[in-house]
Amino acid sequence: MNGDRFLNRLSNAFPTDRAALVTFVTGGDPSAADTGAILDALVEGGADIIELGMPFTDPMADGPAIQAANIRSLKAGTKTADLLNIATAFRQRHPTVPLVLMGYANPMTIRGAEWFADACVQAGVDGVICVDIPVEEDDSLGDSLRAKDVAVIRLATPTTDAARLPNILKNASGFLYYVSVAGITGLQQAAQASIQEAVTRLKAGTDLPVAVGFGVRTPEQADDIARVADGVVVGSAIVEIIAKHGADAPPHVKAYVKSLSDAIRSAR
Amino acid sequence: MWTESLPFAKRFAHMTKQDKLSNSFRNQPDDRGHFGQFGGRYVAETLMPLILDLEKHYRAAQADPAFAEEFDDLLEHYVGRPSPLYYAERLTDHVRKDAPAGKGAQIWFKRDELNHTGAHKINNCIGQILLAKRMGKTRIIAETGAGQHGVATATVCARFGLPCVVYMGATDVVRQKPNLFRMKLLGAEVISVESGSGTLKDAMNDAMRDWVANVDDTFYIIGTAAGPHPYPELVRDFQSVIGREAREQMLERTGRLPDMLVAAIGGGSNAIGLFHPFLDDPEVEMLGIEAAGHGLDKEHAASLAGGKPGILHGNKTYLLQDEDGQIDEAHSISAGLDYPGIGPEHSWLKESGRVRYDSVTDTEALEAFQLLCSTEGIIPALEPSHAIAAVAREAVKMDKDQIILANLCGRGDKDIFTVAEALGTEI
Ligand SMILES: Cc1ncc(COP(=O)(O)O)c(C=O)c1O
Repeated sequence: MNGDRFLNRLSNAFPTDRAALVTFVTGGDPSAADTGAILDALVEGGADIIELGMPFTDPMADGPAIQAANIRSLKAGTKTADLLNIATAFRQRHPTVPLVLMGYANPMTIRGAEWFADACVQAGVDGVICVDIPVEEDDSLGDSLRAKDVAVIRLATPTTDAARLPNILKNASGFLYYVSVAGITGLQQAAQASIQEAVTRLKAGTDLPVAVGFGVRTPEQADDIARVADGVVVGSAIVEIIAKHGADAPPHVKAYVKSLSDAIRSAR
Repeated sequence: MWTESLPFAKRFAHMTKQDKLSNSFRNQPDDRGHFGQFGGRYVAETLMPLILDLEKHYRAAQADPAFAEEFDDLLEHYVGRPSPLYYAERLTDHVRKDAPAGKGAQIWFKRDELNHTGAHKINNCIGQILLAKRMGKTRIIAETGAGQHGVATATVCARFGLPCVVYMGATDVVRQKPNLFRMKLLGAEVISVESGSGTLKDAMNDAMRDWVANVDDTFYIIGTAAGPHPYPELVRDFQSVIGREAREQMLERTGRLPDMLVAAIGGGSNAIGLFHPFLDDPEVEMLGIEAAGHGLDKEHAASLAGGKPGILHGNKTYLLQDEDGQIDEAHSISAGLDYPGIGPEHSWLKESGRVRYDSVTDTEALEAFQLLCSTEGIIPALEPSHAIAAVAREAVKMDKDQIILANLCGRGDKDIFTVAEALGTEI
């Protein structure tokens, strides 16, 4: 059935011999019409998984770069319908590349969790990362997504203690996203040793692949993380390229993503 | 009454017999911090362990008589509580002039504008800084709109010797200049927030961003009865001193309970503080007043009247938003009411029908501001001016022997520049 296909697309995205490259951009930045070409550039540059950010007026967990991208997108008039159209078109062009929607609770749940889960299925979205729905509030979105076999990708952070971790891993699917610093997106980067220690701790509790993100900008950093984790997530650095080049961003995005991808491929 | 030191938990239990009944309006939230479908803990995973820890410490504080004792002592000797309950005779007479025969309720005020720092905000700040101390936190952050909560937070930080960072929207920095300077005098660092509309919502976003990046040492003192659980509950509990005092004072002075309570609503802390101790007194009607700004069909800040349920700043509640769940910018002449959401308990009280909610425009609030100045010699803040406008509207419909009690939750010193500008006067 559908669901197996979705979950397979995500699980197949993590090769056994190297880390996967997970890339984030904000949908509709600089405009909904430009996002398709940017997503293609991510794939052409070697990204294994695409995170498509749903813009929100109040992105509380994001730093200046992604905040600005959210505002650019909304100012350009991006609607939820546009975002779903971007996903649908991406799925048609790239039948096998996993696509994950990332964003905040309110735009995801405003029409009801069922509506959103159906929209994800129709748009060919494989998983959802919701920043501000912790496991404690999982029933406001997670149940509906799981019922439609859309992966509920959970976040673990440096503050996630041993007592919480089992709750987070329960019902998690797709992969586990380790937010390597306590903070907002795009600013600091964590020490390699602390990342390694955290990944080891997380992998002891789950068979899911563990992707590590927050503050990764250079091929060298990506290379370091790729040695210890199953995936490397890069967001703000790509969003900054889009901020700089606007509609002309795709070749620059592609070149940058390729530099990350090359580093990851040679890491192990 | 301030010498008795009942732990918080017990104080709440002894107020009315109905507390233990399942049909009480006073037993919210549930264990998950939900008020019916509202409230909850919609925060990033990084913050989840912190708010669980806060809840644990709050439960311990509630059970500890020493915590209540210190809270009461500071409220009495530092804040100046109990605040007076005042019969506004000249305002009552003024309102009766336009009332039909036999109509025109007695207007009373709970005078929380006389508190140290000039508003109700300090009640909550005292409670939260005591919690911060219990938790061993060494740095305090806060958001502020009107600057009253910022001033109150800066005040308790100075009093307890803790560094303080206040996030304030750039728009509010301009329109609440006196409070900006007060915070600086008190030693706080004020960060002007440029994002969004540069008002309270944006200040709260940046405060949460600070918190998530400083989880080890920082305590976030939220200024209203909103945010992730347990904030709406604990802010309400700290502010409920207003209603507990008012209830006792009214019984002592008149031998009965008021017929109607009125309070202005930004996030809803002064309103819930007044209402909560009366919620199980069925004879007491309650009216919460949102800011209608330029009018409900134009820009306003009335989330119950013009919004629908959604998720923002850690809780599910009524929000001003578009069909995609993008948050709309609020507008009110009063910086303290200029917020597109409302505390979750009010959303629940609205849906349960226990409290009625209405709204008052900028223009009506300005008129009420001037009316109180001239009839009672009290310069109110623009926030409670909204409540005063509603009081005048309601009192004429009520019988002469009825009592309407409004929360005069702040004084107007901070607003004189805004009011002068609105009236076209230069100062
Ligand atoms: C005097 C005064 N009243 C009311 C408010 C609104 O807040 P709340 O609804 O939480 O009482 C403020 C907020 O700054 C205020 O300063």
